[in-house]
Amino acid sequence: MVKLTIDGQEVEAEGGMTVMQACEQVGIEIPRFCYHERLSIAGNCRMCLVSMERAPKPVASCAMPVAEGMVIQTDTPEVQKMRKGVMEFLLINHPLDCPICDQGGECDLQDQAMGYGSDKSRFSENKRAVKDKYMGPLISTTMTRCIHCTRCIRFASEVAGVPELGATGRGENMEVGTYVEHALTSELSGNMIDLCPVGALTSGPYAFNARPWELKKTESIDVTDALGSNIRIDGRGPEVKRILPRLNEDINEEWISDKARFSCDGLRAQRLDKPFVRRDGKLVAASWPEAFTAVSDALKPLKGKQIAAIAGDLADCESITALRDLMASLGSENLDCRQDGAKLDPKSRASYLFNSTISGIDRADAILLIGTNPRREAPVLNARIRKRYVAGGVTIASIGEPVDMTYPVDNLGNTALLLADIAAGKNDFAAVLKNAQRPMLIIGQGALSRADGGAILHLARKIADQSGCVDAAQNWNGFNILHTAAARVGALDLGFVPGPSGRDTAGILEAALAGDIKAVYLLGADEIDTSKLDKAFVIYQGHHGDAGAHCADVILPGAAYTEKSGTYVNTEGRVQIARLAVFPPGDAREDWTILRALSEAMGKTLPYDNLQQIRGRMVDLNGNFLNVDEIQSAKWTGFGQAGDLEDSAFISPINNFYMTNSISRASVTMAKCADEFLGVTEQKTGTDG
Amino acid sequence: MLADKDRIFTNLYGLEDPFLAGAKKRGDWDGTKKILGLGREEIVTRIKASGLRGRGGAGFSTGMKWSFMPKQSDGRPHYLVINADEGEPGTCKDREIMRHDPHKLIEGALVASFAMGANAAYCYVRGEFYRETEALQRAVDEAYDAGLIGDDACGSGYKFDFYIHRGMGAYICGEETALIESLEGKKGQPRLKPPFPANVGLYGTPTTVNNVESIAVAPEILRRGADWFAGLGRPNNTGTKLFIISGHVNQPCTVEEEMGIPLKELLEKHAGGVRGGWDNLLAVIPGGASVPVLPKKLCENVLMDFDSLREVQSGLGTAAVMVMDKSTDIVRAITRLSAFYKHESCGQCTPCREGTGWMWRMMKKMAAGTAHVDEIDMLEEVTRQIEGHTICALGDAAAWPIQGLIRHFRPELEKRIAEAKAGTSQAA
Repeated sequence: MVKLTIDGQEVEAEGGMTVMQACEQVGIEIPRFCYHERLSIAGNCRMCLVSMERAPKPVASCAMPVAEGMVIQTDTPEVQKMRKGVMEFLLINHPLDCPICDQGGECDLQDQAMGYGSDKSRFSENKRAVKDKYMGPLISTTMTRCIHCTRCIRFASEVAGVPELGATGRGENMEVGTYVEHALTSELSGNMIDLCPVGALTSGPYAFNARPWELKKTESIDVTDALGSNIRIDGRGPEVKRILPRLNEDINEEWISDKARFSCDGLRAQRLDKPFVRRDGKLVAASWPEAFTAVSDALKPLKGKQIAAIAGDLADCESITALRDLMASLGSENLDCRQDGAKLDPKSRASYLFNSTISGIDRADAILLIGTNPRREAPVLNARIRKRYVAGGVTIASIGEPVDMTYPVDNLGNTALLLADIAAGKNDFAAVLKNAQRPMLIIGQGALSRADGGAILHLARKIADQSGCVDAAQNWNGFNILHTAAARVGALDLGFVPGPSGRDTAGILEAALAGDIKAVYLLGADEIDTSKLDKAFVIYQGHHGDAGAHCADVILPGAAYTEKSGTYVNTEGRVQIARLAVFPPGDAREDWTILRALSEAMGKTLPYDNLQQIRGRMVDLNGNFLNVDEIQSAKWTGFGQAGDLEDSAFISPINNFYMTNSISRASVTMAKCADEFLGVTEQKTGTDG
Repeated sequence: MLADKDRIFTNLYGLEDPFLAGAKKRGDWDGTKKILGLGREEIVTRIKASGLRGRGGAGFSTGMKWSFMPKQSDGRPHYLVINADEGEPGTCKDREIMRHDPHKLIEGALVASFAMGANAAYCYVRGEFYRETEALQRAVDEAYDAGLIGDDACGSGYKFDFYIHRGMGAYICGEETALIESLEGKKGQPRLKPPFPANVGLYGTPTTVNNVESIAVAPEILRRGADWFAGLGRPNNTGTKLFIISGHVNQPCTVEEEMGIPLKELLEKHAGGVRGGWDNLLAVIPGGASVPVLPKKLCENVLMDFDSLREVQSGLGTAAVMVMDKSTDIVRAITRLSAFYKHESCGQCTPCREGTGWMWRMMKKMAAGTAHVDEIDMLEEVTRQIEGHTICALGDAAAWPIQGLIRHFRPELEKRIAEAKAGTSQAA
């Protein structure tokens, strides 16, 4: 600890802290533009100057480490004058077009100009104008507003790991850009919009949509991947205008992926806003009672084993619970939440969790990625691995596709047989894992959704046991499953899996094709082969007219994650609650209430009438639901079954990062991204060349 | 006046062979092994005792700078970086050393590196100095061939390598940390200090950056003794120095002189006096473009060293004396310097990036007389808003010439504005 004096106040600070941090400790706020706690220190905006005793010149508090006996003044007239001077310099070439700038109302420069700006300008020359740069469909640029803080440059090269941004030119001709203009090839590029302290980088899709003070802000949870990133949903009237990250050190720090941020325009398109019933081969709009009657008429004559239910990737735990209970009351054991057929073992919680927790990555010293591409499956988690890499002292290897993860990865190859080699100690990496203090395995769904997924899970467990991935003394469990579906862990926790004589997803589809299963209830399940459901009576409950709705006989319009209070469990097993930000469109309803109403229409009334009661039922099913926002570490019980391996390559379940669920598939922004980055949309026709 | 026997740079004008044979004749590489035999501590102590102050402009004690290097390596290598990016307007002393006396620099680099535990020196040469680089490279090759540097430098058993790197012509790369960045292959922008290069410099290792002249004089100081060097000049401003005299003098030249020589004597003895006689003198910029201008009345008695020039609110800088006689439009001259700084600002930090352009534009108005009288004070204030608030000294360097102009030639500025208003202006 170091003792220093700040504005006459004795302050104790840890060695290695900066003066700015020490000031913040005692509640003295220092204005800044370039400084950001998650980026390297640049010290270039000069707004944070403070005066230091015995120093010939004022010092940049963001860069000056504390030292014993320092005497700092942050609020003298001289310091005020320095800041006013810097502010004047920042403003002379800033366009002051706040009324038409999207940053207006949440602009650092605007805010601080209130404190340090002058009410009139002494600058009578022409202002600098800078040509706007193309940075892809997500980021809209107005480079004239740039104050050259280089936060975006540092974010791209340090956090995102794509060193594509830089400054060209000198002096007042310095410009931030990619030199050869192209969209930034990062799945995290949207975060630069938040980082930009002015309106140089703003959200493209949100441009000229709303002012921040008009928006209703709701704290919620992202469902576009299985991390459960904490988000803030900004809505106005019936629309979600934009989505921003919320700080959560344990999960997403302060980043979110571009899909989490920008797929929200998909919430306005392709929505199911009223019930539909298929009559004479055509879906016709119907009332809720008509739809319920159609469902109940179809299900009543069937035996339990002729009915099946599949839960999709975006389903909330409340509706999963209700559907589970409804199926039980109908006598059906055919339920599954694993649309992709991942061979996860629902009996052992440790077998399907990211046991080390996401923040545990910070402590790992050897990481083996098995059949996963975290850059596409969970970009924010990938940034965490990169952060770990940057900190140094970690070895990272992968078995899977040799792709650029934004940090160096030793690709051991791409065949499941390598796992057997490592388990047998025949691969060099076995020793690396063994010698590591806190080794970590990250197993992706690409490895588990294969026919030999069970055998792979078994081998992974064997490797984990052999290399000491589970160390109770250190409170360390490095056996990690990386999920891609937000609903998956919750559904497994609630036991939304086949009963003793039930069928799994593949079994349900085959039985439906064979005619053994006559009715299938799809709870937002769109990522299955719906062509096999032609013969069955399909009830689709969901919010988008996607694959599941197309094959449905009855459509029950539900609410998207922004439109209901729903519980989600992330890949670590952390229970989090998403909140209603806007109301569902038209006749659509919160999903569990639909199931509750349907149960009543069928004469099998479910025993809960409000959220408290259904959440109580969830706790009955699994005690973990009692602990919201917390992690309950899972017991390391036995799981996995030995089996034969296939000598085939792992394929990541996510090929097109931008379109992985019904919301992002309906999003125009995501379609533009897919086109820009992957070139996947169809070739344009017509005469535009 | 400096006696010939006390000159260090005896081939300043290239009249003799610049290369190894000639250099040895002039005494270079004489007893270098013995100098190294003194040991690290002793070399640094002697350089400190000589009072040598850095010849790059800031005038920081060279011995002191060397002593900041860690005594024991923590496993990281140490480096000496030689700043030969001589970009200060009006300065042409390092190039003379490189093309006419390159062995002085190489020997100095060996001695300095040894004194700091560095096994390699990087010489960052200004890109425009093409022939100078050639000459230096030839001398380096000679030194390697003669075993003076290399795996067993001068038979001392010390390994020493000398690398030349050519810059790309940015003035800012003469700032020590920007030079390090550039040497590492990055955009030449000054780094924040602390950490200082002596802790974290080139490639993150302890590094010292020295000017060519500071390094080149070191062996001679060690050969002749610190007392000899300290005996020249004035206390705290010791030794000899290369002065560069340009502008309105009869014989512009680069000359080695004793520190503290009166400016008037320097001009009259070596440069043939001011064009049209001393009374035709208007002003002198005594130390390269970055230091404030001195009007004639201050030039009468001022001594050419760090402390004397600081007393008159100017500086010795690189000792590039730019002489302006009465035919000079002093406002336009300073405006030209402002344009230079606006062009060379790296753009990293706010006051310099925005301020240099603003100052230049105001100076253009001052030169044309189209400014308002109030704007003189405003310009002065803008220079104060830049000075001391930037990462490196370029902000100060851009501000000082204008401050000097306003301090000494305010009536000229006012007169011009009044004339322009009255429509009787000569300029514009």
